[in-house]
Amino acid sequence: MKPASFDFVRAATLDDVFAAFQQHGDDAQILAGGQSLMPILNMRLATPEVLVDINGIDELNGISVNDGFLRIGALTRHCDLLASPEIAAHAPLLTLAAPHIAHPAIRNRGTFGGSLCHADPAAELPACVIAAGARINVAGPGGRRSVEAAGFFHGIFDTDLAADEILTSVDLPLLTTDERVGFQELARRHGDYAVAGLAMKATVSAGKVSGATLVYFSVADQPLVAPAAAGALDGHAVSDPLSDTVMAALDNDLTHVIDDLHTSAAGKRHLAGVLLGRVLAEMAGEAGS
Amino acid sequence: MTETSPLTVLDRPNSFIGQSEPRAGAKRLLQGRGTYVDDVVLPRMVHVAFCRSPFAHAEIKSINTEAAKALAGVVRVVTGPELAAYCSPWVGVLNHLQGIKSAPQHALAIDRVRWQGEAVAAVVALSRAEAEDAVALIDVDYEALPVIADMETALDETTPIIHPDLGDNLCFQREVDLGEVDKAFADAHLVVEETFHFGRHTGVCLEARGIVADYNPAEEALTVYLSAQAPHMMKNIYAKHFDLDENKVRVVCKDVGGSYGIKVHTYPDEMSAAALSIMLKRPVKFTADRLESFVTDIHARDHRVTARMAVTEDGKITAIDMDDLTGIGPFSVYPRTSGIEANQVVNLTGGPYTIDNYRARARVVFTNKNAMCQYRAVGHPVACAVGEGLVDTAARALGMDPVDIRRKNLIPDDAYPYTYVTGLPFEKLSHHQCLDQILEMMDYEALRADQAACREKGIHRGIGFASMIEVTNPSPAFYGAGGAFISAQDGCTMRMDHTGGITCTVGVTEQGQGSDAVVQQVAATAVGVPMAMVKVVSGDTDVVPYGGGTWASRAAGIGGEATLRAGVALRENILDVAGAILQAEPDTLDIRDGHVVDAADGTERLPLSEVGRIVYFRGDTLPDGVQPELVATRHYVPKKFPFTFTNGIEGFYVEVDADTGFVKLLNCWVVDDCGTVINPMLVDEQIRGGVVQGIGGAMYEECLYDERGQYMNATMADYLVPMSVEMPDIQVGHVETPTTDSELGAKGVGEAGTAGAPAAIMNAINDALTPFETTVTAMPFTPDRILRALGKI
Amino acid sequence: MSAPVVITMTVNGEPVTGTIEPRRNLVDFLREDLQLTGSHVGCEHGVCGACTIRVDGDIVRGCLMLAVQADGANVETIEGISDSGEIADLQKAFHERNALQCGFCSPGMLMAASALLSENPVASRDDIREHISGNYCRCTGYQAIVDAIEATGQARKGGAS
Repeated sequence: MKPASFDFVRAATLDDVFAAFQQHGDDAQILAGGQSLMPILNMRLATPEVLVDINGIDELNGISVNDGFLRIGALTRHCDLLASPEIAAHAPLLTLAAPHIAHPAIRNRGTFGGSLCHADPAAELPACVIAAGARINVAGPGGRRSVEAAGFFHGIFDTDLAADEILTSVDLPLLTTDERVGFQELARRHGDYAVAGLAMKATVSAGKVSGATLVYFSVADQPLVAPAAAGALDGHAVSDPLSDTVMAALDNDLTHVIDDLHTSAAGKRHLAGVLLGRVLAEMAGEAGS
Repeated sequence: MTETSPLTVLDRPNSFIGQSEPRAGAKRLLQGRGTYVDDVVLPRMVHVAFCRSPFAHAEIKSINTEAAKALAGVVRVVTGPELAAYCSPWVGVLNHLQGIKSAPQHALAIDRVRWQGEAVAAVVALSRAEAEDAVALIDVDYEALPVIADMETALDETTPIIHPDLGDNLCFQREVDLGEVDKAFADAHLVVEETFHFGRHTGVCLEARGIVADYNPAEEALTVYLSAQAPHMMKNIYAKHFDLDENKVRVVCKDVGGSYGIKVHTYPDEMSAAALSIMLKRPVKFTADRLESFVTDIHARDHRVTARMAVTEDGKITAIDMDDLTGIGPFSVYPRTSGIEANQVVNLTGGPYTIDNYRARARVVFTNKNAMCQYRAVGHPVACAVGEGLVDTAARALGMDPVDIRRKNLIPDDAYPYTYVTGLPFEKLSHHQCLDQILEMMDYEALRADQAACREKGIHRGIGFASMIEVTNPSPAFYGAGGAFISAQDGCTMRMDHTGGITCTVGVTEQGQGSDAVVQQVAATAVGVPMAMVKVVSGDTDVVPYGGGTWASRAAGIGGEATLRAGVALRENILDVAGAILQAEPDTLDIRDGHVVDAADGTERLPLSEVGRIVYFRGDTLPDGVQPELVATRHYVPKKFPFTFTNGIEGFYVEVDADTGFVKLLNCWVVDDCGTVINPMLVDEQIRGGVVQGIGGAMYEECLYDERGQYMNATMADYLVPMSVEMPDIQVGHVETPTTDSELGAKGVGEAGTAGAPAAIMNAINDALTPFETTVTAMPFTPDRILRALGKI
Repeated sequence: MSAPVVITMTVNGEPVTGTIEPRRNLVDFLREDLQLTGSHVGCEHGVCGACTIRVDGDIVRGCLMLAVQADGANVETIEGISDSGEIADLQKAFHERNALQCGFCSPGMLMAASALLSENPVASRDDIREHISGNYCRCTGYQAIVDAIEATGQARKGGAS
């Protein structure tokens, strides 16, 4: 499975990227870690004429805390997410998710920005950034903008990025002392895309949940936010079993769940309920400490 | 070995039989210094890529190759009719499978494609990438035909016939009706019935199939480097279908990156590559890429079996009645046929037990999916799961412990020789001894106590057993008798050179299981030299004796025995000469540790290198009438039995998460009786690898086809193979009941682990689910299937 | 057709130059241009691990990296880490425990194992299984591989196996 031919351009700055897009339009494609793009090229599912390698663009690197936000550069490798003390302290949802992303050799190359832009509905990171309430920073030839994570993912492999834009970094609000996160994923084999997964952030105060954000992944054509279930959890004691009200609300949220090759929509809806119970139990464990 | 028989080779001093010697051939592989087919590079070698049908069934209206031919780097583009001039079609039938029928299959499809992935054109180019570029420019006009994708309706009157000349979509049917089945069911205290589904799955060898074919027009000779198991079989097939003198065909199998039966069949793309070499008069390489492998490597085990078992009140099995339906591809695979798997299911179900009444019907039907054929443990996983599944269902219905019902029905260890109702002759098996041993290994009572304690806490664990029999060391009855040029005999030529070093060439082949190592151990023992003095050469038809290769777990039993005999003969030849040199009677001498010694007390008389020096360089000093032949060839074919059956038992302890339907494999035990164990470490590892392959079929692996015959999960991401985290440690125990059909007494073991694992896992899951009064009988046991059985979805 | 690119890199300690099409991936470059056939190709979609090599000290999938992306990099293959003796103890443990059968997964498996043991020689059996979970082995069923890695780790730490 050899890819179709392409030319190769190494971008040193964002302007180099924009120039390449200007010159080649849809025939140009960004290459970051390559862990998602290379299989696609090898299978000839895409045949760009030019690959623009962005691995040398300094501006896209780095993990830093500024102005109450944790900024993660697009080129941050998954292994760096896993190892970063700043992320563990301020955005631990990513630290919980990272070990589930594929395997060490993939994590050494695959990038945070790449995963978000690829927008595989079965991926962990898109759900995590939505649950974390992040903002996604984008640059284009016309300037910069930022998008709420919840509005960034439009569908399978489809994001808010215009054809000539590039994701530069993601800003995550720093986790406050009464906020908790939870992450559970059910996968047939360690490192696989999930059969179903849940990323959650909530305030837990005096053992009671409020302001939760629940984001399921691998159940629909994009990350699936469950606002009704989240609302129904307001006031729920984190160590209590789930009430019928919450489960009914969750049912409402899950109308757009779809089958995949191995698991039916019915199966995924069922697992979504199980995951919610397990994530809350995880949070209950943390809430005590 | 009995106390009264004379000493056999197994009693030789410094014997390596039974020693866990590490494999000499593994070192180069650990350094990345093996030679797999894709590592072979020849001068002027070119690469072939195939244009493959995206449709499961279609007429080929036209193929336009002009743009492809014009691309830089392209050497040739051919379609079916052109290639047919170089390669004749083949038909996958054997005359001992009564009534089996199939249609001729060409190297490249002509007029019609019959499965998604069938090749319709071939591009030869200077690189694989350029060949693929040209393939993308081939324009094929297909006219879709109705797709036969459901084996259940393949024989319906209204279903189109894939090969109209054949009259229907039936490849093969076999029926047996033995004893008094209806009476047994009428009289039964309990009749249990189940329908079992086995998901179609495939081998996924990490090294994909590959070939480098090198035709030399000056000699009209074809050399083929092939990743495969049976070089002599392929030599014959190349000669036959390319119309070459078989003596001028050479097949070389070097390092093979996994095979498991996948690489013992004839593949049209490989035949195309070889035909192209003849056409182009230069080496042609084809390596299947992973996507191609999924749609063309043979699949296996797509069966639906409906079966009933009749049981008395105290748990004695009196009858089995079953119907097996299997949907293969559009052609029976050549030369071994796609009827064998179903044939095995009919022959083997219930085989561990004393059952007198047995009825079975197996129907093998054509469909527009990829071909199916022999894959590790051929038919056994299905037969074992059906038999063992029914046994456990009966046990549950009677409130009997699954151990007790097996005790009641397993053929007693002193009942041999015994012939199973379907005609299987068992020389001597050890079912009860294996059962005793596995219960001890697993600490059965402790496990049951653990299970009960967990149940109290809502944790659902289950224990499952599978008693099994396994076909090994086949005689010519298996293939030869059906007209196949597949050798059941095998040979070893053993030669001593002047240093005393021994070179063995053997007809059995190595794919990593350790055939070469086993040969080395037997040779060293038989001759009397250290292992390091023995070199083994296998896989090259120009070099080795005519043999069968490795399949049906025959390498140790058959190849090992030939090696043993050759070694004994060589030792005699060496001692004849040594006797002449030492002026001693040869039968007062022996060879031990590389030296000629006095047999009585082991006194060293001469190093072998001294014998070698004299024979090869100073023949003038030998007495008249002494003609040294420091080389011996012996062949061996099993004669007493059509197959040498082995037996064993597997046990699994699993935990079913009743909320998610996920199953955790907590522990696994296997006790296997493969007769004389030549290398315990290699045997253990074959069993472990086999078990994990069986876990694949039971838990993860399924080729998912839609109603249009589209294979939907044909990538490594979507087709799930066992990876390390989910696999249990596997405890292996041995019982040794040697066969008397050879001196070595070794039976085969390569496939046993795979045969029993699906059955044992199914039984363990169903044992765990007992409180829910539900069972699962469709593999793989995905979370969806378990959740459905639990009524959660 | 695309413009060929000149690349230079260090492979197993030796400087190497090549002129290649951009689409050539790193493992094909190693295997075909440099005839370092010890790294294997099993799937070309990054899942099986057979192509695992080391680039600038990190294990990566050779099939998911373009050779042009390794321009200026330090690449190490199974041949290099064998000849340097770096994994001699691992190879010995694999050999003694028959932690390989066909050997096709072994170079990638050894790369992964070596990476694990350099960060964590006292890796537990579960840690080991998790770390090699991206390396497909069809022959062994993994247990002997885990045994070999565990024993090597213990020996490196000075413990008895």
